[in-house]
Amino acid sequence: MLLLDHVGKTYANGVRALEGVTLNVDRGEILAIVGGSGCGKSTLLRAVSGLDRPSQGTITLDGEKIAEPHEKIGIIFQEPRLLPWLTVAENVGFGIAHLPKAERERRVTRVLDKVGLTDKAGVWPRELSGGQAQRVAIARALVPQPQVLLLDEPFSALDAFTRTDLQDHVLALWADLKPTLIFVTHDVDEAVVMADRILVMRPRPGRLYEDIDADLPRPRDRQSAAFDFVKRRVLAALDRSLDRAVSVDDRQDKAEQGAAMWW
Amino acid sequence: MSLVHMTLTAAPATAEAAPAIRRRPSRAWLGLVLPVGIAVIWELLVRAGWSNGRLVPPPSVIFDTLWDLAKSGELWTHTLATVSRVAAGFAVGVVAGTLFGAVAGYSNLSRRLMDPTLQALRAIPSIAWVPLFILWFGIFEQSKITLIAVGVFFPVYLGVMGAIMSVDRKIVEVGRAFRLSGPALVRRILLPAVLPTYIVSLRSGLGLGWMFVVAAELLGASEGLGFLLIDGQQLGKPAQIVAAIVAFAVIGKTTDWLIASASAPFLRWEDRFSARGEER
Repeated sequence: MLLLDHVGKTYANGVRALEGVTLNVDRGEILAIVGGSGCGKSTLLRAVSGLDRPSQGTITLDGEKIAEPHEKIGIIFQEPRLLPWLTVAENVGFGIAHLPKAERERRVTRVLDKVGLTDKAGVWPRELSGGQAQRVAIARALVPQPQVLLLDEPFSALDAFTRTDLQDHVLALWADLKPTLIFVTHDVDEAVVMADRILVMRPRPGRLYEDIDADLPRPRDRQSAAFDFVKRRVLAALDRSLDRAVSVDDRQDKAEQGAAMWW
Repeated sequence: MSLVHMTLTAAPATAEAAPAIRRRPSRAWLGLVLPVGIAVIWELLVRAGWSNGRLVPPPSVIFDTLWDLAKSGELWTHTLATVSRVAAGFAVGVVAGTLFGAVAGYSNLSRRLMDPTLQALRAIPSIAWVPLFILWFGIFEQSKITLIAVGVFFPVYLGVMGAIMSVDRKIVEVGRAFRLSGPALVRRILLPAVLPTYIVSLRSGLGLGWMFVVAAELLGASEGLGFLLIDGQQLGKPAQIVAAIVAFAVIGKTTDWLIASASAPFLRWEDRFSARGEER
């Protein structure tokens, strides 16, 4: 279980990016974090990853304090961040260099097969499309078999079709190992399709605003009434979090537009 | 989806590849047209009696001179002397430049500490050091090698420092996320990332090395290609001067090519503008 206890982050220039975030994430849970820009979503994720240290509070994974990158926590960034001088297979195996060669190859082959890029194992990253590169990045993060996988707006740079495809991919991979998934997104649809629980954050200073259950059966039907209901709850919470005065009939319109992306 | 994708991209790729392979040899020849053309024209002009070719000897005379120097063994003595000076100076300059550049690029404190001084030293025309080096190290090899090393040092230092400072922070973060130790981060992320720039700075360092070996040898040497130049001037043998220049050109180009081709296998991953159509 991942525990955040009154986590806060103040940057050197005095900006309070995050304040008093207390949160429990169960093992195998999929958690989405949404919120307006500057509400500390990425700061929160980076603190959990150990790349940045919180200024207040503590983060613990199964009782172990997280203050620097941890082997049980993997992260996928908005950009693929592949190393251009390594082939696809070498990129995927980057995080398991300490394992024996045979084991390394076995794991890389298996995960490449799972993300459907077996035929690309030997090519350079420059030859991949955006979606393929992000799939390699996902494979690279999965290969060390992390217990917690963090995704920082992982699909936001991709076109709508590729994005849906990758969401399905990640869900299929999740079903395999059941790691805890925490992802930041701008896309409410994405949050509702993927998450068990959706956290809405509010800005200045960044803090938790609302915790919404999205306990729908999987696989989820984007057209169903239950899906729509959860989506509207999230959009309404987002509007309130940004202190927007929204009239009731106006909200209906907003929700329709929000079907694409709401920021 | 991927199957459709592959056949779509595969078809034009093979269609393009075939003519590209056939065209390549003719492109390589293109570079030779100008120098060979000029040489042939000059040779013909001298043969036809339009010029006596005394001050600008025609190719055949230069060739004869080179041949004579080679037969008597002088060419090898001089080439060996020059090449070993450049090699020694280059080695010292590269090692020092790499170390200082790496430290300055890696640590802000050391950069603030030593970069201003090194930049000031760089502003000094290196030939200005010669009198001092001769006083310090004598007139023999040591002062020459030092001068060459100074010439090689600066481009390598600047190249390494700049390259390390400009490594993408996001890529370094990938290394951190996978918990690489300091040395592993340097070996697995920083070194490969700076390699392309490093090779370029090695090549420009080598170019300066060749420049400075001539300066050093012009200022006093009893052997070396630079000595051949001075000797040719003092004895009025322009053919020998041009022969030495030709030797410089050939050896300089060869050593540059050696660096370029030795590094090529490590840089195949580069997504370069000039690499269009080379591989795919």
